[in-house]
Amino acid sequence: MAGLNKSDMKNPVINWIDTRMPVFTLMQREYGTFPTPKNFNYFWNFGALAMIALMIMIATGIFLAMNYVPNTGLAFDSVQRIMRDVNYGWLLRYVHQNGASMFFIVVYIHIFRGLYYGSYKYPRELLWIIGVLLLLIMMATAFMGYVLPWGQMSYWGATVITNLFSAIPLVGESIVTWLWGGFSVDNPTLNRFFSLHYLLPFVLVGVVFLHIAALHITGSNNPLGIDVKGPQDTVPFHPYYTIKDSVGTCVFLLIFAILVFFFPNFLGDPNNFLPANPLQTPADIVPEWYFLPFYAILRSVPDKLGGVVMMFGSIAVLFVLPWLDTSPVRSARFRPIYRQLIFLLVISVIALGFVGAHKPEGIWVVIGRVATTYYFLHFLVILPILGKLERPRPLPESISRPVIGPGGSGGGPLPGRAPAKPMEKP
Amino acid sequence: MAESSASATVAQHGQPDIVSKRDFLKLTLGAGAAIGVCAIAWPFIDSMNPSRDVLALSSVEVDLTPITEGMGITVVWRGKPIFVRHLTTKEYDEAANTPLNQLIEPIPAADRVKPNHHQWIILIGICTHLGCIPLGNKPTDPRGEWGGWFCPCHGSQYDTVGRVRHGPAPLNLWLPPYAFESDTKIKIG
Ligand code: HEM
Ligand code: FES
Repeated sequence: MAGLNKSDMKNPVINWIDTRMPVFTLMQREYGTFPTPKNFNYFWNFGALAMIALMIMIATGIFLAMNYVPNTGLAFDSVQRIMRDVNYGWLLRYVHQNGASMFFIVVYIHIFRGLYYGSYKYPRELLWIIGVLLLLIMMATAFMGYVLPWGQMSYWGATVITNLFSAIPLVGESIVTWLWGGFSVDNPTLNRFFSLHYLLPFVLVGVVFLHIAALHITGSNNPLGIDVKGPQDTVPFHPYYTIKDSVGTCVFLLIFAILVFFFPNFLGDPNNFLPANPLQTPADIVPEWYFLPFYAILRSVPDKLGGVVMMFGSIAVLFVLPWLDTSPVRSARFRPIYRQLIFLLVISVIALGFVGAHKPEGIWVVIGRVATTYYFLHFLVILPILGKLERPRPLPESISRPVIGPGGSGGGPLPGRAPAKPMEKP
Repeated sequence: MAESSASATVAQHGQPDIVSKRDFLKLTLGAGAAIGVCAIAWPFIDSMNPSRDVLALSSVEVDLTPITEGMGITVVWRGKPIFVRHLTTKEYDEAANTPLNQLIEPIPAADRVKPNHHQWIILIGICTHLGCIPLGNKPTDPRGEWGGWFCPCHGSQYDTVGRVRHGPAPLNLWLPPYAFESDTKIKIG
């Protein structure tokens, strides 16, 4: 009959469902036989790892929410109760707390992969933009989650960050009052943050779906940054990359477990062991490590509005990156100058991370300003010009050639054979 | 599309495309729908603004007698810290004698206090940069170069009547609405 799916599924029940609703065929096509470049390195694990981190956050979060109370009078104590009295509450919370850090490490490496191998370039611009959007939603989620335990750093972090919006001319103050639902960070603020902290991860799931949908149209980039020329350049996703992702997942979970079981508070701030006190600012307000570079940019600019604009600008430049980088060559392997500058960028971001953790005094101010300047220079000035000046190294003809060497699959090099299409054999 | 507009053009005897009745209906419907969406969105957005119980103007009274010269205290009004500080004559005079052109937000010291009560400075104790609570109420606190308040978060400094002297804070500390009920009692709010 027209419209029914001709399913290849062997199992009769699955076949029956698949005929009427071809989700199994879809999964088979997108995750089973999906043709994937055969030269991935381990940097290509991090997308899958991010997805696993998201699932862990949602699972632990839902169970935490069963015992958490979003009320300024009770929140801190309810989290202490989770830690002491709820069965395995300590595990749920430590996994959730450190899971946020693991999630950000994975996503930052995932972004670095994109920058290094030029994954943001044609035709993957939209894929990249959706990715930057994911980063923003993730940051909002983590920020609001950090407010929930209602410790000193929760409260003052929330105060400082929501106050960023007061820098907007004319309407700034009204926006901040609206965000708070009052005249300071208080119970209405905590309530809405809990509501949104519960919602946003599911928005994230939806946007991840779009991210994957876009990916499966363009196909994956690869370490050489050249296009797939034909079936000889690819392998099916399963079992080749399901197994490679599994190896990465084991390492990821191992590091995660070491963090949770041996150093659960290493990344946390001691101030958050104190209940929020609206009348006393801690000596030093420091955000979680994954926000430090952005916080450093904020503080490197001596003007309030300017600092806020630069901070948001540091992410905004990522949205337009596909049009700032004018080089047609994707992979840094073939861009000798870009390859060095990208490490300079990484160094300045890490430097900004350290600057963000220190009081803005003395040498830290200088380092902060230099690194901020390089960050923006890199994207806004160097990349547009470099694409025109740099002489890329010659690109390989296809993915198969550097992998199996010239001469095709027949063993050693065979002089005299045409180098093109080395793997035409079935 | 191309065909229909072509035939429309023919029907109009070769005149260039003109706005048809259908275009008008589409635009009106679109505009109506947009207004409708805004009207529906507003209750959601406004529900996040301060509710009536939060708005209900609470006021607090402060007895000034225990506050000795040079001391300040913090009281809470609408969830915000309010600084009430008893200035020494020297502290007030220093602020009053500062030329206005040295200030970031130039307001005369006399406009920051009530007439005949210029030894009392009452401020909202929230840094105008990003909302930390500046230090300086206790004489042992760091008060910054201008003897008023010092914000530990990003280093803003205020003078003795709460005017910003050193960034990143862009504005003077805000003044709450208050009045003297007697020489030793104020009512905030
Ligand atoms: C994108 C995924 C998520 C991220 C990045 C994230 C991040 C965070 C962070 C950083 C904290 C503060 C941890 C602490 O210092 O104690 C937190 C707390 C919390 N989160 Fe999430 N979260 C996510 C998903 C969820 C989900 C789906 C729920 C489900 C309702 C949830 C519920 C909670 C609860 C109840 C708390 C307060 C308890 C606590 O502080 O441990 N989270 N979250
Ligand atoms: S909040 Fe006071 S200086 Fe930034």
